[in-house]
Amino acid sequence: MESTITERVIAVIAKTHHVSSDTVKAESTFEELKIDSLDGLQIVFALEDEFDVSIPDDEARKLTSVAQVINGITTLVDKKAA
Amino acid sequence: MRRVAITGVGVVSALGLNRESFWNALIEGRNGSAPIQSVDRSLLKFQHAAEVRGFDPLQCMTPKEADQVDRFVHLAAAACAEAIADSGRAFEGSQTAIVTGTSCGGKDTEDRSFHELYALSKTRLHPLTIPRIMANAAASYISMRYGIRGPAYTVSTACASSNHAIGQAFHMVRSGMVDAALAGGSEAPFSLGILKAWEAMRVVSPDVCRPFSSGRNGLILAEGAAILAMEPLDAALARGAHIYAEICGFGMSSDASHLTAPSWEGAARCMEMALRDAGMAPQEIGYINAHGTGTPMNDISETRAIRAVFPAPPPVSSTKSMHGHALGAAGALEAVATVLALEHGILPPTMNFLAADPECQLDIVPGTTRQVQIQAALSNSFAFGGLNAVLAFRR
Repeated sequence: MESTITERVIAVIAKTHHVSSDTVKAESTFEELKIDSLDGLQIVFALEDEFDVSIPDDEARKLTSVAQVINGITTLVDKKAA
Repeated sequence: MRRVAITGVGVVSALGLNRESFWNALIEGRNGSAPIQSVDRSLLKFQHAAEVRGFDPLQCMTPKEADQVDRFVHLAAAACAEAIADSGRAFEGSQTAIVTGTSCGGKDTEDRSFHELYALSKTRLHPLTIPRIMANAAASYISMRYGIRGPAYTVSTACASSNHAIGQAFHMVRSGMVDAALAGGSEAPFSLGILKAWEAMRVVSPDVCRPFSSGRNGLILAEGAAILAMEPLDAALARGAHIYAEICGFGMSSDASHLTAPSWEGAARCMEMALRDAGMAPQEIGYINAHGTGTPMNDISETRAIRAVFPAPPPVSSTKSMHGHALGAAGALEAVATVLALEHGILPPTMNFLAADPECQLDIVPGTTRQVQIQAALSNSFAFGGLNAVLAFRR
């Protein structure tokens, strides 16, 4: 399941940010990917759609890396399943 | 005060995607309206509009940029790119202005987004909804794209928006506040909600726009954009730039009477102010590009206003009979038509004329162009809400 979430998160980020999924790595930071605040909002919006979860505003504002996104989404998906 | 030259123009309209195709269509008398394709016209009482066809925003912006903004910004960006390239100079820095006009702004995005909430029961809206809707998005995009750091803003006075925008930019260059300016307008009003709202006004023609003609039955809605590039005349001459025309006068007035019915006094005062601002007498004007919407009321009121200001009115034509009524972009499209008429010595016609209306006694250049080298011209815009703006140009 972990790997599936990682792949899906990377696919969402790549599509939303108009870049190839090869350029998005689990260890990439938003700064490296040139994801700014407005890009971040769109990624969070697309992730909510993809995983049918609701990401709180304060959590969304803290995201600065792909790894944080994967961890956060994993937590939300697990919570939903529980 | 400095004299101000127009050294670049850019156009996107139903008549073509650049200046040359726009002008060729105007002098051929081509009708830009056709059965509506962008919304389901079975839901509309009127069926025709002047849509921009075959336009690809990716020719002037990246996919990411195109995704961030509404179609009214795509159209403005394309017109602006053409105007800047045409001028042969850079428009950048803190001594340059960009002023855009729009009536609807991103209401197309707004309509489609709110439909998701109200009809499709979505619980969230796309995070770009606000920046896509904001009416200043075209001015902002152009400012960012070219590094224009001086005055940048948007005027929204319904159908007079882009005349107000062009006039204010002209005054800024003339006074020396800025050394160059881009100004014009854009409109992309083809969403179901906006079209149904126009339908309810009962001013849209079921077939074609016949300005000043007997049997006219309303306007044809249009989308499009046009941008003028301006700089001081001395600077343009010094660099050997191509000068389309001089923009030399700007008038503004309010009817202060009725929300939608026009007042001929307000329109007449506006033309008089533009002439005064230009230091010109009425007899110097060789052509008027009319507001000429083709509604029964506008054309009577505008005729009366012109006859009040001009003891012997010059030829008057409404190019809306071809490019349609592009609302907040209308003044900019017509400013381009007017400066090209001055440049080429050809008056574009009023098309779809059937027979004279005794209440519209003007020489409206019906059906075909007229070759006449005029020295100066006016371009009129009169908005719902009674807000008027008139531009004056000379060779």
